[in-house]
Amino acid sequence: MKFPCFSNRFARLLLGGWLCWSVVAEAQLAIEITGAGANRIPVAIANFVGEAQSGQALTAVVKGDLERSGLFSLVNAGNEAVSETAAVDYGGWKLLGADALAAGSLRRNTDGRMEARFRLYDINRQGNLGGAAYLAAPPQLRAAGHRIADYIYEKLTGEKGVFSTRIAYVHKTGGRYELRIADSDGQNAQTALVSREPIISPAWSPDGARIAYVSFENKKPIIFVHSLATGARQVIANFKGSNSAPAWSPDGRRLAIVLTRDGNSQIYTIGANGGAPVRLTSSAGIDTEPQFSADGAQIYFTSDRGGSPQIYRVAVAGGVAERITFESNYNVSPHPSPDGRNMAFITRQDGRFQLALMDLQSRQVQMLSDFGRDESPSFAPNGRMIVLATEVNGRGILSAVSTDGSIRQRLSVPVGDVREPAWGPFPR
Amino acid sequence: MKKIVFRIFVALAALTLAGCPTAPPRQETDAAPVEERGGVARVDTDGVDSGNLPDILTKGALSKRSVYFALDRYDIEEGYRDLVAAHARFLAENRGFKVLIQGNTDERGSREYNLSLGQKRAEAVRQMLLLLGVQEAQVEAVSLGEEKPRAEGHNETAWAENRRADILYSGEF
Repeated sequence: MKFPCFSNRFARLLLGGWLCWSVVAEAQLAIEITGAGANRIPVAIANFVGEAQSGQALTAVVKGDLERSGLFSLVNAGNEAVSETAAVDYGGWKLLGADALAAGSLRRNTDGRMEARFRLYDINRQGNLGGAAYLAAPPQLRAAGHRIADYIYEKLTGEKGVFSTRIAYVHKTGGRYELRIADSDGQNAQTALVSREPIISPAWSPDGARIAYVSFENKKPIIFVHSLATGARQVIANFKGSNSAPAWSPDGRRLAIVLTRDGNSQIYTIGANGGAPVRLTSSAGIDTEPQFSADGAQIYFTSDRGGSPQIYRVAVAGGVAERITFESNYNVSPHPSPDGRNMAFITRQDGRFQLALMDLQSRQVQMLSDFGRDESPSFAPNGRMIVLATEVNGRGILSAVSTDGSIRQRLSVPVGDVREPAWGPFPR
Repeated sequence: MKKIVFRIFVALAALTLAGCPTAPPRQETDAAPVEERGGVARVDTDGVDSGNLPDILTKGALSKRSVYFALDRYDIEEGYRDLVAAHARFLAENRGFKVLIQGNTDERGSREYNLSLGQKRAEAVRQMLLLLGVQEAQVEAVSLGEEKPRAEGHNETAWAENRRADILYSGEF
């Protein structure tokens, strides 16, 4: 029962590590930055003491995260490892142009887990900006790297980082559809669902444990809620006609959904575990794509009640819907920002579908993308980036753009199409 | 040796299914454990198999099952009324048969909005069937939106082919 050279446990660990790497290498989402902020913060990430000996990549993860965010430029920190306890040569780092320095150490604890410690320094003010320590099993060390990057991001920008979040998307190759969950850097992509029929409209529960989506596996659209850790799936809406467009309420108790059991598409709410749907809208035409406002009080949606698809909002308690969009005769897919101030949506101009952002106070609209085939926008939980599906050279890719339009990333896979992105919540 | 290779394979397969190996978090030092949420269990779905239909539905007038629509439209054009009426007659005379109307759209625009537009097309066919004496319980209108294009191209010809509602009989869905 034993492997010849290694203990069983060690062999499994070794093989496990190799396997994870190889699976990830094949399935990963490659992210390239195609536009960066104008005033990037120069930051030096020194090699952590013990990192080279551990054979594990940690600072590479931190650097990759910070660089991809478009808000930082990496100062070459040289090859020397610097511990979090070492005295900082502020003058030397200032000469290299760094505004901040992260230094740290990595070691393997007796229980086999890796312990990463680090400290962040303000080079100009010659001060200590704090630090943290994270424990992770070796295969999860990347997650510790994302936590460190989040810490640095928050200290230096004042807003929460999203490096520890995950993104759900649908990968289509031939007639095969996979609902996948990847880390925010595109790595560690894992398949939650495989189907020969389309999967659309994934939506994260606010706690990040479940995803609601529409599956066509029974030859018509049905809404499922899928627990990621167990794979348990529950049919939430399978009424006569089509069932689609699930959106979670911020408290995670209810879903806004679209049913056609009374004729055309109309918006209902239903318990997160199913039950009897409650009709919210009543129009003669199409009402679809509901999204809760951040405070949960209102629902934004698309309707053709005025003759062309436009965006409206209505109180969750019901009442008269207010029209929000007027420019263009095709405005769809509303997504209110996490702070409630803005709304991302897709507008058609001269036959091109483009991501737009509306300031809900002033109603000013800013165009954020010009691919021409934009769909399905989704906000990062800190509200800075919006990920969307688009098409380049006939292939489905994802693109992320900052709300000020300055930072741009492209997320693609080597084979097939990626579509229907949904940016997950902050980890709890 | 073969046995060992097999064991390694089994271990790999088990790890593939279980995801990456994880250790339960234990708080022994002041370091914060990074929560382990690597586990995503994988589910495979099965499709539905088609059955056999009587010849009358697969040959002759009733073998025509598709109603085409103009861009952004969902009213049944004159040229397709006889087709729908023929199915209405058959269904009214054969109450044991049920149909599923699947509405489709071209690929342009929002997936969810297209799903609703496809539904409107399917609903238009359903309403005409009901007007011509088919019972409610015999017909369901659903939408596939832009998700199941019959023509895979990205041009006017393909888009026109995909703006369509199909009539499927029990056994075909």
